[in-house]
Amino acid sequence: MKMGEFHMNKHGGTSDTSTVESEITNHLLVQHWRKDFPILHTSLYGKPLVYFDNAATTQKPSIVIEAENHYYRHTNANVHRGIHTLSQQATEVFESARGKLRQLINARHDHEIIFVRGTTEAINLVAQSYGRSRFKAGDEIIISAMEHHSNIVPWQMLCQQTGAILRVVPVSDAGELDINVYQSLLNKKTKLVSISHVSNTLGSINPVKTIINYAHAKHVPVLLDGAQAIAHIPVDVQDLDCDFYAFSGHKLYGPTGIGVLYGKADLLDEMPPYQGGGDMISSVSFEATTYNKLPYKFEAGTPNIAGAVGIGTAVDYLSAIGLDAIVKHEDSLLNYATELMTNIPELRIIGNARHKTGIISYVMAGVHPHDIGTFLDRQAIAVRTGHHCTMPLMERFGVPATVRISFALYNTKNEIDKLVSAIYQARELFK
Amino acid sequence: MNDLRDLYQDMIFDHYRQPRNYGQLENANHKAEGYNPLCGDKVSLTLTLKDGVIHDLKFEGSGCAISTASASLMTEALKGKTAEEALSMLEDFKALVTGASVAKDMGKLTVLAGVQAFPQRVKCATLAWHTLQAALKSSTEPVTTE
Repeated sequence: MKMGEFHMNKHGGTSDTSTVESEITNHLLVQHWRKDFPILHTSLYGKPLVYFDNAATTQKPSIVIEAENHYYRHTNANVHRGIHTLSQQATEVFESARGKLRQLINARHDHEIIFVRGTTEAINLVAQSYGRSRFKAGDEIIISAMEHHSNIVPWQMLCQQTGAILRVVPVSDAGELDINVYQSLLNKKTKLVSISHVSNTLGSINPVKTIINYAHAKHVPVLLDGAQAIAHIPVDVQDLDCDFYAFSGHKLYGPTGIGVLYGKADLLDEMPPYQGGGDMISSVSFEATTYNKLPYKFEAGTPNIAGAVGIGTAVDYLSAIGLDAIVKHEDSLLNYATELMTNIPELRIIGNARHKTGIISYVMAGVHPHDIGTFLDRQAIAVRTGHHCTMPLMERFGVPATVRISFALYNTKNEIDKLVSAIYQARELFK
Repeated sequence: MNDLRDLYQDMIFDHYRQPRNYGQLENANHKAEGYNPLCGDKVSLTLTLKDGVIHDLKFEGSGCAISTASASLMTEALKGKTAEEALSMLEDFKALVTGASVAKDMGKLTVLAGVQAFPQRVKCATLAWHTLQAALKSSTEPVTTE
């Protein structure tokens, strides 16, 4: 371990003993976590991988990879239908994953956890089941200018189908929602508010409790897009009192193709099924079909059982580390990187909300994000470049694209130093 | 780093910083807009086509070094060419940047051969050329690289 790795004085911090000790503890902790992720020990172009595209998808710890593998080797069978032992075991591991997810977000009941493919499918489910059965021409849906396309397009489709209208909460220059405008948008015609908990492009943590309180005062339910929050800040759906909460497994160190829609049981109960098929029925005849109870009513067809095992194991992993430790570490990465990047001439950070997770979007005068992305890639630094599926937000900030750095629990200050040094090199090359 | 230098050659930087034939032709009789949704690059192409010959052309837009330099180099290469020749050059150019074999000497355009090592950047290099194809057909719908 080199002392140079601790960067105490670079950002003006004091080097008193307790700070040094806490930096050393943190360093050892992160080095320990890094061992859990096999992909972090690979190299690209002869350099160790620096993975800063965690808002797109996080890497997976061995324990998750092995859990899926173990399921297919030892337990694989279909769920909820067989009398045989394997089918029972498969059902048990599948349902136990549901229980782990309930605990993660502190839902009241297991059956409030609906397994879906991911955040996108969760939002589409609410739009097509809840929205389509209730909304009519002239009704209003409130979203915000910082939404991911997956929290815009499903509502636009619903508006086309029902004649409902989309209302958009504006975003300030700092990247925060304009809560005054939001309040003024809420009215008798408002039928639903659907807002991101954390912005995937700006990292802004939205004041969702306030948003929910204002909406509930007018009896309007609220859906939170939790894709970027779930692995980075504690989420308690009962404390938030949100009506729906959507997130993906692959952004919380779990596999792709599995995610969760949480919904309050009374709301879910009233909603018609989203898809028809096996598992979502109680009885079927050609005259009439009775739908199954929650959560199965919304889980037509054989589910992603291995995915559920994977996401359940990811929740175990996350819980063992603890979100408090993760928040502390990612906050320190955010502060460290923000300070260093603010000092780079001609670099402009897009999104300076007071409350942020570890996401930094930036542009640089004279160098297009795509060129920076290619340059960084050849230094084995993986970042996202483009519009991040938030084209209206890009329009709002007057940029065609940004470079986005997003942190996870395994990132280090040393990696940020590599990034910053590479940005300086890119600046030289493109000068 | 060598393939980065092959990609970002001096001539690319020159055309990126000082793009040639930049702007809009007022008397254009063909035009098209091109868009790469992946990176947000936009190009607008105007040209005058008389008796099947491209007399003049200009481009405008915002983009990365590769797409801007490629558009600039394209406008230089196409002046005085027939529409048929231009379309055939488009095919040769696509072959050049994707690494398929090229029989003809492509002159200055060869500087973009470095794109071969960066498959994610092929769309940047070909955006202007796809837009040219649309402009020659004078389609008014924006083309995209998707």
